[in-house]
Amino acid sequence: MPISLKDEAAIAGIGLTDFSKQSGVSELSLAVQCIKSACDDAGISPGEIDGLVTYTLDSSDEVEVARAVGAGDLSFFSQINYGGGAAVGTIAQAAMAVATGQATNVVCYRAMNGRSGKRMGQGVSGDISSSDLIHWSWYTPYGMLIPGSWIAMVANKYMHRYGVTREDLGRVAMSQRNHALRNPRAYGYGKPLTMEQYLNSKQIAEPLCIYDFCQETDGACAIMVTSAERARDLKQKPAIIRAVTQASSRGQEQMTSYYRDELISLPEMELAAKRIYDMSGLGPNDIDAACLYDAFTSEIIMQLESFGFCGAGEGKYLVREGALDIDGRLPNNTHGGLISEGYIHGMNNIAEGVRLIRCDSTSQPEKLVEHVLVSSGVGVPTGAMILGRC
Amino acid sequence: MGLDNAWWWEMAADDKLGIQRCQGCQTLRHPPRPMCGDCHSLEWDTVEASGKGSICSYTVLRHPQFPGYEYPLVIVLVDLEEGTRVTSQLVGCEPEDVDFGLQVEMLIQRDPDGFKLPVFKLAGNA
Repeated sequence: MPISLKDEAAIAGIGLTDFSKQSGVSELSLAVQCIKSACDDAGISPGEIDGLVTYTLDSSDEVEVARAVGAGDLSFFSQINYGGGAAVGTIAQAAMAVATGQATNVVCYRAMNGRSGKRMGQGVSGDISSSDLIHWSWYTPYGMLIPGSWIAMVANKYMHRYGVTREDLGRVAMSQRNHALRNPRAYGYGKPLTMEQYLNSKQIAEPLCIYDFCQETDGACAIMVTSAERARDLKQKPAIIRAVTQASSRGQEQMTSYYRDELISLPEMELAAKRIYDMSGLGPNDIDAACLYDAFTSEIIMQLESFGFCGAGEGKYLVREGALDIDGRLPNNTHGGLISEGYIHGMNNIAEGVRLIRCDSTSQPEKLVEHVLVSSGVGVPTGAMILGRC
Repeated sequence: MGLDNAWWWEMAADDKLGIQRCQGCQTLRHPPRPMCGDCHSLEWDTVEASGKGSICSYTVLRHPQFPGYEYPLVIVLVDLEEGTRVTSQLVGCEPEDVDFGLQVEMLIQRDPDGFKLPVFKLAGNA
């Protein structure tokens, strides 16, 4: 009998550093600060950590982190590839480790000087030898060096096919900025965004302008995963992992899945949706709020379709009726998201999913939030999960 | 460049746009890879594309501006008439003139350092 991950594990603690454009400290320092903070939040001593999971892109290796934070003996450590596609994948690894007894207290972390150090927006470079770098070599000679350039090709086709306008993308950006106005951690705190500003802003990779892009941020975020049973006895109200999965579909590339039949949908997200709905026994109507991965605004509208909140091409209508707003059908990225809080590669979106379950978001919807959907990077091998109340 | 893709750039250096063909099931594939995902044959050869196709999607890159490129850059995803897609640049075309479905033709662009790059122009344009 296979082990289902339904309700096996829970998020017992979250920890974040300050977010800035120049942290002035090492990424390892950011990592241990957020992990200590997650331990304090959960009421678990760092010495009880026996599992660590991070991104292959993270510069702070597990053993360096373990030594610096004073973790215990480690029985589980793992790294997930594909940039922001790793976010929920780290939780999937942790949940599996907990459910199978490989570890008891697993911390997932991402720590990055994403503005003052290595910037994702500064392009791909390096010797062309690995299969991954050969993949990039189809794009870099033509000047496609940054994530926005890769995503724009899909966004443009999608918008053309379904009549999605720049105003629709602007509505997504403004909705998340409005959430960020109430969040002191957020880049967008105290910085309102109007449609006029949006429409007159600098074009980066048409049809995407600067407000369609996520931030570049120095900061770190850690998530403490333990068994659902143990989490019930800890300090915080746990966010139960109702379902979690990774997902990559046939013909998948990293950011540039241009050679599949359709460019106007996200097959890997549809796979993630099917798996988490099957695993949890829940459906789109059971989801009260979301933290959909938002490196770019266009990705939000496409995901509304992938996860079944509407039909193909109908995401724009949900956005126009205010579904993503605090009083809408699906309040989304209530912290501001990667676009208006900060870009911690999706880990900060997971933290907000936990806050929504705990009822302590700075933009907590008035309705009871029973279930939150959280997704990983768009256009890459990805993943998704559903968090619920215990 | 590696063992799986060097041939494509060698064909470009010879002024040709190459497409990989599975020798097991004759399926064309791009970007190149060592095994056919359909019949799992490791045997492959290449065909020379006609260079004719239509614009499946496009983007106009304006910022950030990296050295060695002239902005704005019109980048196109081309549906080749052979049935595969290729990512490339559209040259000799103002950003406001690019559109979905336009017919395009391949030409070889030579960089100042001699490197040859297959790019596209609108069909019929000089």
